[in-house]
Amino acid sequence: MRLTDAPAAEIVAQAARLRWQCRRGMLELDLLLNRFLEVGFADLDEASRADFVRLLGYQDQIIHDWLMGQAVPADAALRRLVAAIRAAMRDDRANP
Amino acid sequence: MPDPLRPIPHRRFDALIIGAGGAGLNAALRLASADLRVAVVSKVFPTRSHTVAAQGGVNAALANVLPDDWHWHMFDTVKGSDYLGDQDAIEYMCREAIPTVYELEHAGVPFSRIDDGRIYQRAFGGQSQNFGGDQAARTCAAADRTGHAILHTLYQQNVRARTHFFDEYFAIDLIRDEEGAILGALVLEIETGETLVIEAKATLLATGGHGQVFRTTTNAFINTGDGMAMALRAGVPLMDMEFYQFHPTGVAGKGMLITEGARGEGGYLINGDGERFMERYAPRALDLASRDVVARSMVTEIREGRGCGPNKDHVMLRLDHLGADVVHRRLPGITDICRVFLGIDPAEQPIPVFPTAHYAMGGIPTDRFARVVAPARHGPEEIVPGLYAAGECACVSVHGANRLGGNSLLDILVFGRAAGTDILQYVAENPNHRPMRDADIEPALTRLGRWDRSGEGESVAAAKADLRKLMEDHCGVFRDDATMAEGVEKLKALRQRVEHVRLKDQSRTFNTARIEALELDNLVDVGMATLMSALHRQESRGAHSRVDYPERDDEQWMKHSLYARDGDRMDYKPVRTKPLTVESFPPKARVY
Ligand SMILES: Cc1cc2nc3c(=O)[nH]c(=O)nc-3n(C[C@H](O)[C@H](O)[C@H](O)COP(=O)(O)OP(=O)(O)OC[C@H]3O[C@@H](n4cnc5c(N)ncnc54)[C@H](O)[C@@H]3O)c2cc1C
Repeated sequence: MRLTDAPAAEIVAQAARLRWQCRRGMLELDLLLNRFLEVGFADLDEASRADFVRLLGYQDQIIHDWLMGQAVPADAALRRLVAAIRAAMRDDRANP
Repeated sequence: MPDPLRPIPHRRFDALIIGAGGAGLNAALRLASADLRVAVVSKVFPTRSHTVAAQGGVNAALANVLPDDWHWHMFDTVKGSDYLGDQDAIEYMCREAIPTVYELEHAGVPFSRIDDGRIYQRAFGGQSQNFGGDQAARTCAAADRTGHAILHTLYQQNVRARTHFFDEYFAIDLIRDEEGAILGALVLEIETGETLVIEAKATLLATGGHGQVFRTTTNAFINTGDGMAMALRAGVPLMDMEFYQFHPTGVAGKGMLITEGARGEGGYLINGDGERFMERYAPRALDLASRDVVARSMVTEIREGRGCGPNKDHVMLRLDHLGADVVHRRLPGITDICRVFLGIDPAEQPIPVFPTAHYAMGGIPTDRFARVVAPARHGPEEIVPGLYAAGECACVSVHGANRLGGNSLLDILVFGRAAGTDILQYVAENPNHRPMRDADIEPALTRLGRWDRSGEGESVAAAKADLRKLMEDHCGVFRDDATMAEGVEKLKALRQRVEHVRLKDQSRTFNTARIEALELDNLVDVGMATLMSALHRQESRGAHSRVDYPERDDEQWMKHSLYARDGDRMDYKPVRTKPLTVESFPPKARVY
């Protein structure tokens, strides 16, 4: 998988660019998205990183409903991503 | 410093609005609809402003569900403010509430409705009929996403009205001429790191709140008090900054609100010894005692070593005795928060909680036309030419010492619009841009340039964490002279330390660290304003409650605080007790 992937430095640069996109109007989203950017983003393959960018393009209220488990995205790739973001928050609790 | 070969570009508009929450967008809409050239600058995409988080709703005496009257709404607001609110502004807001909500309805905000099609209204705490009588129902909501609905509607309308948006631009400082008139602002494009001067005949600060100055807060990361700090640096004092609303139960270490409903359903608090400690502080009301009593009791337990967890830094809220059915069905939002952020089911395990900072009553002093007023030669309320403020960053003051639920969305809409209306007139009377000299821009550039210094030094993140902890420990819900005086000394030391903070990343593009450094400066200034104002107010009123001065003291303290950055000076001005058309509500003891 990594063969077709971007070099690590480029991923770090991409994460830096996305950091501001993870600043949202709701504290819940700030906590979940920033946490994921720190611990989960670098492990994503290129397609999933593109999905993350796509997720960030949705309205706060919609992302909130997905991440809080009040609604489920129709798109399977976003569903997987939402599960990964929620899981990253759980890891945070294990190693604060 | 500016590169002499690449001078900073300038853009000119009739009006500059800094902030794209409800306040900024409502002002912009008024202006753009009148064909003014309006620039709106926002550090995040407009619909990511914090207004999106408001779920409860907006107050207006529509009398759709129960009898109501704007005058009763006014009474409740004055009483809620613990008589520190300005009654002219409060009368104006409560009257304007009604057309404001109808205007939103016409603009397309999908308010929840009753069977006959009129807007549904729910009952909130602090709402009464007949000047303190039966419960009123005054809050209009669009399901549980009122803020989202308002923000999106206003944004769409602004796009249609051709408001010019500068999305993801960070305002650094106001630009002021020698006579003290405001000429616009220096802003930074976050993506490229390029600076831009926006010249305007009138500038409105609508930058929202500053909950991030406290460690535990319900506010999003963007709420760093930037506009308040910009005002301070432009020589404008901040008003009533000691009045900050805390909710007793936030998720410890994270901040999200666990609504009062949890205790209403029978949830109760326990300390590290498993004791139901509210029995000692409020033997009758117990866990449903007033917010400040519950919050202070929690912190007292922790200060005295009876906290929970390895650091004994929180207490626990128990719901597990209520049964899974009640908890999951009646408290679904809390269940979700616990599952996602704590990995627990609140029906099985207790929730770690700590008081969480929620809403700023204080801010940039304005009159009811949203014009910024500051003490000057001829009195305490002289207008700062060309400068306006509205929304949570402003202090009109309609909330006084305490805000009622549903009144802050109202405040941002009413005074955002009032700002727009007054700016129209101001621009008609002052049709030309005032000249701007390079020297006027210099102070803002110097502040930005300070972060270009590289080298070894501590990090922004470390200094920010220390600041937030300091504010929580020394100016949170537990306030007395010794605690706050120590806090001021520590904050002065921290302010010095921040001078030596360095940025490792000196790249220009997408340098979020640079923005966070600028926000840190702002938080320090706003923190000092809060601590100084709180230390000096020797009484308990509304949200400011002191263990060493437990009573309200109208004789000495029915006045507004003003903190000036220059020399950390405190000053005061009288409360406006005269409404516009009705009789004044004189102070009465506050019993609910
Ligand atoms: C969780 C929560 C729930 C709430 N629920 C309710 C409720 O039900 N009812 C109610 O009445 N109130 C509620 N409130 C309070 C209310 O939401 C806020 O007081 C209100 O939305 C503030 O609006 P505003 O327009 O002043 O600022 P915001 O919506 O915070 O907008 C501030 C704007 O300023 C911009 N900005 C800030 N600094 C800069 C800078 N340096 N450069 C450029 N742009 C900048 C931001 O990008 C943003 O666009 C709630 C608050 C919270 C935290």
